[in-house]
Amino acid sequence: MGSHHDEYQVQPGKIFTKPFFVLLALVVVGFALIAYRFFAGVGAVTGLSDGYPWGIWIAYDVATGTAFACGGYALALLIYIMNRWKYHPLIRSALLTSVFGYCLAGFSVMVDLGRYWNAYSFFLPTRWQPNSIMFEVALCVMTYSMVLIIEFLPAVLYTLEQSQWRWVRESAHWLYPRLLPDREALHSGLTVVSKVAGHVQVRLDKVLIFFIVLGITLPSMHQSSLGSMMIVAGEKLNPLWQTGFLPLLFLINCVFIGYATVMFESIVSSYSFKRPYEVHEISGIARIVPMVAGLWMAVRFGDLVWRHQIPAIFAFDMNSCFFLLEVLLIGGGAFMLLSKKNRLSPRMLFVSGAILMLGGGLFRFNVYLIGFNPGAGWSYFPSFAEFMITVGIVALEILGYLVLVKIFPVMPNPKKHFEEAEEETELVGDAVPARMFAGK
Amino acid sequence: MKSTTRRDFLKLMGLSGAACLASAAPLRASTGPAADSDTAIAMLYDATRCVGCKACMAACKRVNMEQNNLSYERLATDADQLWDAPRDLSGSTRTVIKLYKESDTRFSYVKHSCMHCTKPGCVSACPVKAMTKDPVTGVVAYDKNRCIGCRYCQVACPYNIPRFQWDKAIPQIVKCDFCKETNLKQKGCPACSETCPAGAIAFGKRKELLAEAHDLIKANPDRYVPKVYGEKEVGGANHLYLAAFPFKKLGLPELKEESPAAFSEHIQHTIYKGFAAPVALYGALCVVAMKNKKAQEKLGHGEDD
Ligand code: SF4
Ligand code: SF4
Repeated sequence: MGSHHDEYQVQPGKIFTKPFFVLLALVVVGFALIAYRFFAGVGAVTGLSDGYPWGIWIAYDVATGTAFACGGYALALLIYIMNRWKYHPLIRSALLTSVFGYCLAGFSVMVDLGRYWNAYSFFLPTRWQPNSIMFEVALCVMTYSMVLIIEFLPAVLYTLEQSQWRWVRESAHWLYPRLLPDREALHSGLTVVSKVAGHVQVRLDKVLIFFIVLGITLPSMHQSSLGSMMIVAGEKLNPLWQTGFLPLLFLINCVFIGYATVMFESIVSSYSFKRPYEVHEISGIARIVPMVAGLWMAVRFGDLVWRHQIPAIFAFDMNSCFFLLEVLLIGGGAFMLLSKKNRLSPRMLFVSGAILMLGGGLFRFNVYLIGFNPGAGWSYFPSFAEFMITVGIVALEILGYLVLVKIFPVMPNPKKHFEEAEEETELVGDAVPARMFAGK
Repeated sequence: MKSTTRRDFLKLMGLSGAACLASAAPLRASTGPAADSDTAIAMLYDATRCVGCKACMAACKRVNMEQNNLSYERLATDADQLWDAPRDLSGSTRTVIKLYKESDTRFSYVKHSCMHCTKPGCVSACPVKAMTKDPVTGVVAYDKNRCIGCRYCQVACPYNIPRFQWDKAIPQIVKCDFCKETNLKQKGCPACSETCPAGAIAFGKRKELLAEAHDLIKANPDRYVPKVYGEKEVGGANHLYLAAFPFKKLGLPELKEESPAAFSEHIQHTIYKGFAAPVALYGALCVVAMKNKKAQEKLGHGEDD
């Protein structure tokens, strides 16, 4: 995302729209409940118990939400490692979604942690416990959130550099006679900010690739570890999900969810911002999805056969039903994308993207919640407050996206990227065989 | 020129990563003393001797109240505030006596508390070493000053032992630690075994108690089911049980001998190779990404350098 800033554009339009206020209301409700949680304890706002110590905050916000936030990862894999440069214009909006997904997953964890004030333990090497999967996930997710912000920084720096600071100048002008003593000082101050931003931007461009690659390595690590996390639960997790292949399944799963999210997000934002559909790029991505999902299916069923769990699939109890739903959604979504006609229709791309997100997300949700059974006598259903806190956090995610695309150059510039796509010269250098990263 | 040196550097990094990978010393797994070690201490609870007086529960709460920030029970049904009989382990109860009723005349008391596993899930799971297993005695203890309250230990414990104080703004995890900081320190044994008037809770070296348990079964085959619970469950435990009924009926889960914690650590160590694997991956990906980027720049798209 270097100096080719004409690849991207700031989305024109007002920030304070009707959806803005609806979302804001949800955010306010969620945060009020979060404040209450800190006075009354976790039990006061959740349906959690000692048998079900983790609920939707972990199963949805963290385990599933970060997979939805893997668009940045999956695209970077495609662009920088598989050398498909034509998808470059899509990356900023995917990155922005990732920034929000990850930062807010981290925030959810802080709400969920009982003894959050001790979280600094993660920064004391004497307390590190490298055998703990959560330790690995936590450090990795924290680092990745920083990396994501750095990856997004070019858009911010560009805006700072180009900005005429109209609103600052205008408000200063309004204040001037009363408060602001020196208009010149302000003027030169703002110029300095612009200059510094420009300067940093050049420097950042040089090293950015190292952060981008870090942004590919880290999710490979923690997305697989999110799967490893439930291995320690042993027999409490139903055999339909409990397997040593959980890390591999989670890793592949986050890649196709990542692509599905890119498709979904692109179509939705084109529709709601009334931009031309990016069908050209999206259909290219859609072509990859069935392969990744197929690989996932192969591992999933291969593992079940190997562990003699096939009869359990057709028990038609709750676990088997959720299992069937999960594989039908993933299989169905991927199957739709096998047809070229579907891949060129925005409607079908939207539908299959949504189905794949649902199915892929359900797999994770199943591992963390549905398939988890601590024994007789325990049950869990999220309380209303718990649910509203998650809704508030998701609303904040969407709200942030809506606002930031109107401030920073994030969306692909339709003029520019259509020209690029026509050239079809993107395949140079070597593409790396998939197994190089699939194993980690 | 510049680009070649950078590429060489990256290659070097990838290679050194691979070298670490090959030579990586195995990480120490989170297990304590072996189950048959001479130093491991244990508790042997004989359900056939327990008379259900619950003196152990009262003693446990008295001794550990302050350290664990325990409260007295408040049941929803306790309108006159005269009741202190917890229904189960909780954020205020580290041990509980329950009664299994087979018929009107046949029943058995059973004591629930931490098993002090040989390969404890809670210790393996805890990200900040708040759950630790003593390498000599094998006691699994909890340190609230480190705990972040993530409750992964609860997910990881096959017996659902660690409990969380859900109703407190400043909560902590609560579980038995053989009175490590209290009675064991002062008097050399846990408060429950000191208090038990029926001699149902023996305390001592695990090796000796296990032998004693097997002797008891041999001498009284009609009194006991022929199994010492805790001998082999998920790799063994430092809390052993004798009983007259199948243990599952007493609320003690039937578990395999393999420890999921050990399996999970094995997988993690296989993938990570003491962190060498991620470094190697990063190096390799850098090489590829740089190469692709250079090729793109020649064509005039991609980032400028
Ligand atoms: S019984 Fe549970 S809490 Fe106790 S040592 Fe074993 S895993 Fe840890
Ligand atoms: S709740 Fe505390 S003791 Fe349990 S795993 Fe988390 S940090 Fe460790």
